[in-house]
Amino acid sequence: MNGDIFAQVNLPRVYRRRKWVNNIILGLTGLTVILAGIPLVWIVIYVILKGWRVINLDFFIHLPTAMGATGGGVTNAIQGSIVMVIVAAIIAIPLALLIAFYLLYYPQTRLGVAIRFSTDLLSGVPSIVIGIFGYALFVLPFKHFSALAGGLVLAMIMLPVVVRSSEEMLKLVPKELREGSLALGAPEWKTSLSVILVAAMEGVVTGIMLGLARAIGETAPLLFTALGNEHYDVFGYIKQGIATNQSLWEIFHKILAEPTDALPLTLWKYAQQPYPERVEQSWGVALVLMLLVLLLNIGARTWLAWKRRQTHG
Amino acid sequence: MSNTQSLFQQKNDLRHRLGRFTNHGDRFWVAALFGSSLLILILVLMIGWEVWALSAPSRHAFGWAFISPWAKAAWNPALDRFNAWPAIYGSLVTSAIALVLAVPFSIAVAIFLAELAPPLLRTPLNYMVEMLAAVPSVIYGLWGIYLFLPKVVHPIGAALQNTLGVIPGLSTFFGGPIPASGISKLAAALILTIMVTPTIAAVTRDVLLAIPRSQREASLALGATQWETIWKVLLPMGLSGILGAVILGFGRAIGETMAVTMVIGNTSGGGYSVLKPGYTMASIIANEFAEAVSDLHSSALIEIALVLFVVTIILNAISRWLVMRVQRKTMGR
Repeated sequence: MNGDIFAQVNLPRVYRRRKWVNNIILGLTGLTVILAGIPLVWIVIYVILKGWRVINLDFFIHLPTAMGATGGGVTNAIQGSIVMVIVAAIIAIPLALLIAFYLLYYPQTRLGVAIRFSTDLLSGVPSIVIGIFGYALFVLPFKHFSALAGGLVLAMIMLPVVVRSSEEMLKLVPKELREGSLALGAPEWKTSLSVILVAAMEGVVTGIMLGLARAIGETAPLLFTALGNEHYDVFGYIKQGIATNQSLWEIFHKILAEPTDALPLTLWKYAQQPYPERVEQSWGVALVLMLLVLLLNIGARTWLAWKRRQTHG
Repeated sequence: MSNTQSLFQQKNDLRHRLGRFTNHGDRFWVAALFGSSLLILILVLMIGWEVWALSAPSRHAFGWAFISPWAKAAWNPALDRFNAWPAIYGSLVTSAIALVLAVPFSIAVAIFLAELAPPLLRTPLNYMVEMLAAVPSVIYGLWGIYLFLPKVVHPIGAALQNTLGVIPGLSTFFGGPIPASGISKLAAALILTIMVTPTIAAVTRDVLLAIPRSQREASLALGATQWETIWKVLLPMGLSGILGAVILGFGRAIGETMAVTMVIGNTSGGGYSVLKPGYTMASIIANEFAEAVSDLHSSALIEIALVLFVVTIILNAISRWLVMRVQRKTMGR
């Protein structure tokens, strides 16, 4: 006799109605979750199916062929993305960590609040506006689109992501560690870098990976800073530089101060061209980009969860 | 012997004094922390300053008429006359539709994630929300052009055009026909719906999770069903946080560039109808800035960036304030 309690007691209709409303609405929320998953599954499966067909070794190591011709690859975009993301990482990561430490030590001061607030604002500024800003600051004065300008705007995109996640992670480090280190006579900077940062390392790395994922997928800020360049080829520049006896500086200049392509930029351009070969290739670019972004994301989160479980038993 | 000892002492003394002067390096450390933190503040101010300064020619030429819906001038690079209203309208209408659709939807998703999901499902579902937010905007655009528009947007648009489009008052907004490719403001709005859902859902979920358990227990103990607890206790408690989430989503939607640029068609000929192509503020910049025909043209585009910047700054500020308020309220002080 332990069946449905409502059936036994013969409750007034209003109770039954409340129970039904509850079940129906809660069921509906489950349905919305399934609906929300549909676009993701649709995109992932379709990009894999369509992208897989055009991906081969040539796709990674060859420059694009002339428009309308078959074959060729997108090595220019892959190399450009790597160069710009490295530039962004070199600039954004140390800066973000310093800011995160500032927020850790001075959380409630007036400047601390202002910094946290402007970090939030920076993450909310539309990427296209950051692109215009980058154009005004790094392109207009030099009259030259460049990988450096692209890297700098990507650093601006990365910065707030890494600051906020690092701050959260640094905050989790127990106070006693810092106090212990200071009590042993270590200066504050040594304590920060070799005790607190090391203790929070896995979380900080996760934040950095999320920042990289964000930066590598951004298109809008690159439109007016990196512009795009179907002949961008770092290895080509180095080979040519060695052959013509250029100095290291000249080669670097060539790599960083030329207009540059990037994966999302190439995807955007190829997707809208009337040549079917290029549209096909854009699916390949989408696949590479999506795998990079999703793997960075999933990797970062899974790694953090795994490390956490390891340390907390 | 005494000679070497004094030398040693001297050296040590210098090191000691230097160490004391720099506070064993901490002076530099604090200076570095302070400097880099100031940098981010300066960066935000500089973005505002640059777009303000570079839009000066356009601001002087058009004044407030630039953003006025009633100005006679349209967006016309050939004549060097610029009025941003078509783009502002495009941004507002696409974001508004996206929010109307995404808000109930993402609150439902958040309720499921925070209140109902069994522990086994919680992690994968949270991953799913993060992934939806992480997929780059261009990939949404590519998927939009070749799959979402012809398969989903076009049928919906055709249905709207045959139902709402024939009602006299509404035909301005739902007048057809929708292009066969599906490229329209509706397409942009629907893609934005998908793109802002994870943002709103994630923040709402966090707001709900921040509400103490005792509130739920009290309500359930009084005999309320789970839904009544959510509807009458949790949602009102988290209201300002949820509002913050919605405004954050609005900021995202209005600033979203690439996916919208790829599906909205980029013409000013579509008028008010959502079934026709159009512009948004972000898409007009992405589409025209590289090929601006005159200095005034690029200045006008930068003025649109200024409008976008101001709007998103205000929206973000309000949303952070609201979310902070609900956190302070629920965490206790």
